[in-house]
Amino acid sequence: MKVSLKWLSDYVDIKLASKELAEKLTMAGLEVRAIETVGGTWDNVVIGEVIALNPHPNADRLKLATVDLGTEQVTTVCGAPNISLGQRVTFAHVGARLIDPHTGEVAVLKAAKIRGVISEGMVCSEKELGISENHEAILVLPPDAPIGVPLDAYLGDVVLDLDITPNRPDCLSVIGIAREIAALTGEALRVPEIHYEETEKSIDAFASVDIVDADLCSRYCAGLVAGIRIAPSPSWLQQRLNSCGMRPINNVVDITNYVMLEYGQPIHAFDYHKLKGRQIIVRRAGKGETIATLDGSKRTLNSDILVIADKGEAVAVAGIMGGLDSEVTESTDTILLESASFNQAAIRRGCSHLQFQSEASIRFDKGLNSELPLVPLKRATQLLLELAGGKAAKGVIDVYPGKPKAELISLTTREVKRLSGLKVNIDEILEVLKALGFECREGDSGSQILVSAPYWRSDIKCSADLVEEVVRIIGYDKVPMTRLGSPLPPQKSKLSIEARQSELKDKLRNILTGYGFQEILTYSLVSLGKLQKVSPELELRIPPLKVANPMTREQEYLRTSLRGGLLTTLAHNQKFEQAGVRLFEIGKVFLPQGKDLPEEKDMLCAVLSGARAELSWQADKEMVDFFDAKGVVENLLDQLGLKASFKNSDDEGLYLERRADVIVADGKVGTVGDVQPKVAQAFELSNTVCLMEIDLEKLLTKIAGIKEYRSIPRFPSVTRDIALAIDEQMSYRLVNEIIQSFPLVTKVSLFDLYRGEQITEGKKSFAIRIVYRSPSRTLTDEEVDQTQKQMLDRLDKELGAILRK
Amino acid sequence: MLEQLKGLRAQALEELNKVGNPRELELWRVRYLGKKSNLTQILRSLAALPLEERREVGAQANEIKKALESSLEEKGRLLQESILTSPRESQRVDITLPGRALPTGRLHPTTQILKEICDIFKNMGFQVIEGPDVEWDYYNFEALNIPQHHPARDMFATFWIDTGMGEKARLLRTHSSPMQIRLMEKERPPIRAIVPGRVYRYEATDATHESMFYQVEGLAVDKGITLADLKGTLFDFCRCLFGEERRVRFRCDYFPFVEPGVEVAISCLACNGTGCRLCGHSGWIEILGAGMVHPDVLTRVDINPKLYSGFAFGMGVERIAMLRYGIDDIRLFYSNDLRFLRQF
Ligand SMILES: [Zn+2]
Repeated sequence: MKVSLKWLSDYVDIKLASKELAEKLTMAGLEVRAIETVGGTWDNVVIGEVIALNPHPNADRLKLATVDLGTEQVTTVCGAPNISLGQRVTFAHVGARLIDPHTGEVAVLKAAKIRGVISEGMVCSEKELGISENHEAILVLPPDAPIGVPLDAYLGDVVLDLDITPNRPDCLSVIGIAREIAALTGEALRVPEIHYEETEKSIDAFASVDIVDADLCSRYCAGLVAGIRIAPSPSWLQQRLNSCGMRPINNVVDITNYVMLEYGQPIHAFDYHKLKGRQIIVRRAGKGETIATLDGSKRTLNSDILVIADKGEAVAVAGIMGGLDSEVTESTDTILLESASFNQAAIRRGCSHLQFQSEASIRFDKGLNSELPLVPLKRATQLLLELAGGKAAKGVIDVYPGKPKAELISLTTREVKRLSGLKVNIDEILEVLKALGFECREGDSGSQILVSAPYWRSDIKCSADLVEEVVRIIGYDKVPMTRLGSPLPPQKSKLSIEARQSELKDKLRNILTGYGFQEILTYSLVSLGKLQKVSPELELRIPPLKVANPMTREQEYLRTSLRGGLLTTLAHNQKFEQAGVRLFEIGKVFLPQGKDLPEEKDMLCAVLSGARAELSWQADKEMVDFFDAKGVVENLLDQLGLKASFKNSDDEGLYLERRADVIVADGKVGTVGDVQPKVAQAFELSNTVCLMEIDLEKLLTKIAGIKEYRSIPRFPSVTRDIALAIDEQMSYRLVNEIIQSFPLVTKVSLFDLYRGEQITEGKKSFAIRIVYRSPSRTLTDEEVDQTQKQMLDRLDKELGAILRK
Repeated sequence: MLEQLKGLRAQALEELNKVGNPRELELWRVRYLGKKSNLTQILRSLAALPLEERREVGAQANEIKKALESSLEEKGRLLQESILTSPRESQRVDITLPGRALPTGRLHPTTQILKEICDIFKNMGFQVIEGPDVEWDYYNFEALNIPQHHPARDMFATFWIDTGMGEKARLLRTHSSPMQIRLMEKERPPIRAIVPGRVYRYEATDATHESMFYQVEGLAVDKGITLADLKGTLFDFCRCLFGEERRVRFRCDYFPFVEPGVEVAISCLACNGTGCRLCGHSGWIEILGAGMVHPDVLTRVDINPKLYSGFAFGMGVERIAMLRYGIDDIRLFYSNDLRFLRQF
């Protein structure tokens, strides 16, 4: 809402500088987004009267205008077609700072010789003054504009651009804002006095109003003015509309807009003679009913939308837009004025159906009180009579099926203190509330009052609302600052599931950054394509949740996997990265559960690709492979106190030959493997990408709440290295399981894997270091030899693994 | 023999002087104190000498042995010290060669700021809980005093889940406030909790708008909690996060689920309050929405608003990160360009 300080000054004396005023309003909840100055830069520009016009001796299209400036008369060259004798115009002396209409920049006016005639100063256009883009014509001021007065003093203004919150439709009006200023500065509010003459003939003889759907229209007031003359509005009115950002049209439309800006109540003017049957019917639109609206388009309506109809058809979409057929035109001479209360929800539905908002609908959809319409209707009638001539029919039509009940709210000084911490006495409360127009009655005790809110404050419903009124007018900055003194809630155990979940996430983040992984966060919404690319058959298995109104196709489905985000990020960064890239994300995936909310599952996914180490003069220059990813999983689980085993996986997103399920204590917690070449290709990834994925919920069930201490071994260990030749297709897991099954074995490390000349074809060799230890005694060589012999026998018998000498 | 001993001593000490490294020192030890050394031989042959001579030579030889041993020890110590301190050309490296790189990973800037925010509130006794991203209309709107067709719905452009006929409306939460309701449905006062999480807005993205961002919601409910407590708590928070010199402004604002409503701003980090482009020439930067929990909200979760009161607040995490690091485009956060992420 834009509001001019000059206009505001009609209703309240403003003694503060505009910056201080803006600050006060902002603090009280009416945020001033910007303070715009109109004029203020018009030094050397004064008001004058054109007292003589002569043709230019050397140019047909130019004139020599003599302008009376009160103290002097000057003659200047003017090319504007609209200049005429007797006009009040703006005259810029040499030295004035004007906008050059060709460049749009500010320039200092100099004396100039125009076609041989010296011109000292000039008559200005709106564009030169920076008022509008109009440069066709000079600015013509009203006939009462005072000659010789600097333009700044006459036209200069300050406009506040306010951000009005949805609870305060009353402040979408100049009077509403003036009332706030009055309360904030202790000044008195002056509202317009309304009186006008009426004719003998009652309005009932002209028209009738029938509210069919009273649930959507709680009040309809109408007035009638006959014999008006359509013309442009006087300039003061045009100026005020302009200052609020509205375009002047003609006197009738401008008056309806003016009153709407003044009171916050939308007013609509119908051309009375275009209403069939002299009747206003307020009803729901029929299904498929159409109306040609003022903007020239044809709109199809539905039964959710309220219309104003005459005997035949809809003549306006109630509260949103007028109809073309009943529009006020040049030839209109009788006006039916509408000032009504329409249901807020109906207006919102209408606007969303029509994809249209108007200054009127913006006010209606915040919920205007049904007590409001009558006064603004009379105000509009008064202005019509003053500015467009005509005569008012006697009385108004006032159909009022939905009068709201006024409710009393109790407020005590104690309640103000209890909610705000601010100590106030009852007189301070009364002062604030009365200034805002609240009616207050004495309550049961000296510290209690009974308050009824004024009709324009539909937002006030309970004592907390009143507390806010009191505190915001006194000032939030007067409220003390205290620290919470109330007892702490019982503290959650570190072993609670929530605490452990969040701790696990933190821990994993720390571990993975420690392993050189960069954390990323990617959108929850992804394209279906991205989800399908990750795993081709995904859509069939779990159709992901779809957003009904996506912004883009790229963000349409809730992710069921983190993989897409990571692979996309990897691809995006590949071109900038020389070294390998390691990324991870910990986040939610959304698994649909029918009509219910989806299951939101915390997942960890990480990818590695490219070189194993940063390019360096010494380091390993190899590329990462399956075993890097597997190593990450093993290490990570080890840090969490878990031991993983790996089994063949059927994860289709991973490479058939290099993929494994991660098993902890017989349960699958995740997957590790190389990304399927086809998937990698779909994401335009050039290198091998290794991926690991862990289900955090499943992982959490495997983690003991508290790690258990085991005493440090007191007896020495014995270390033996063996080399085994074994068939190529035998997996290391089988060998390891047999070795680990001997209780004395405490650690097994595979330190070489050999294939080649030294060994029979179709075989491979494992070099394994075994550490033996007993918790209760020092082992003898004989004991270890014996154990190892049994071990080798089993390896031979069960796996055909032969000890290499 | 005494002469021989004297000569031995002089010779040994003289040679010891020339010893320059541990290997030479060992050779010297073997030569003068070893099993086959003259001194050892002499000591072994003492038994064959007459008593008088034996005593004299013995005393002398032992004294020499002790002296040589202590010289050996001293020399050993000196050598050791000179080894530790003397330059060794063969060990010299080009110290300007790059060090061996360790892989470095970093947390996303959002995670880092989230952690900072949560830590501050944890210190004030707030517990951290999380809630669902996909919500019922009830929790996101209705229960927070934003029924259907309420004008405040304009403040929250919403992504709706594609829902079949007759199914309850689901949406992507537009703010973290639904957890206020979920929390109060479950717990009784005293309540003190914060809720970090993702929120979503159906909005075209630009340098200051994202369709997804993080919020931290806070809630404290008990008997006797006031607007003054809200001010004190959030004042402390702002100063913890942005520094002791920040001024903090509390002004009236509107959110349907609080009353009175508050907007919290800090003095501009760039201009310190004089007005600049960052703060829209106001000198202030809004960072939190807050207020006293609306009595209707409390009633809805069966907490008596006549006995209990509380405050709630919410803040955008990226916005805070942007202020902290001087980031000028919110879209950088989730486009995940490593050249951006590695700066934090
Ligand atoms: Zn600034």
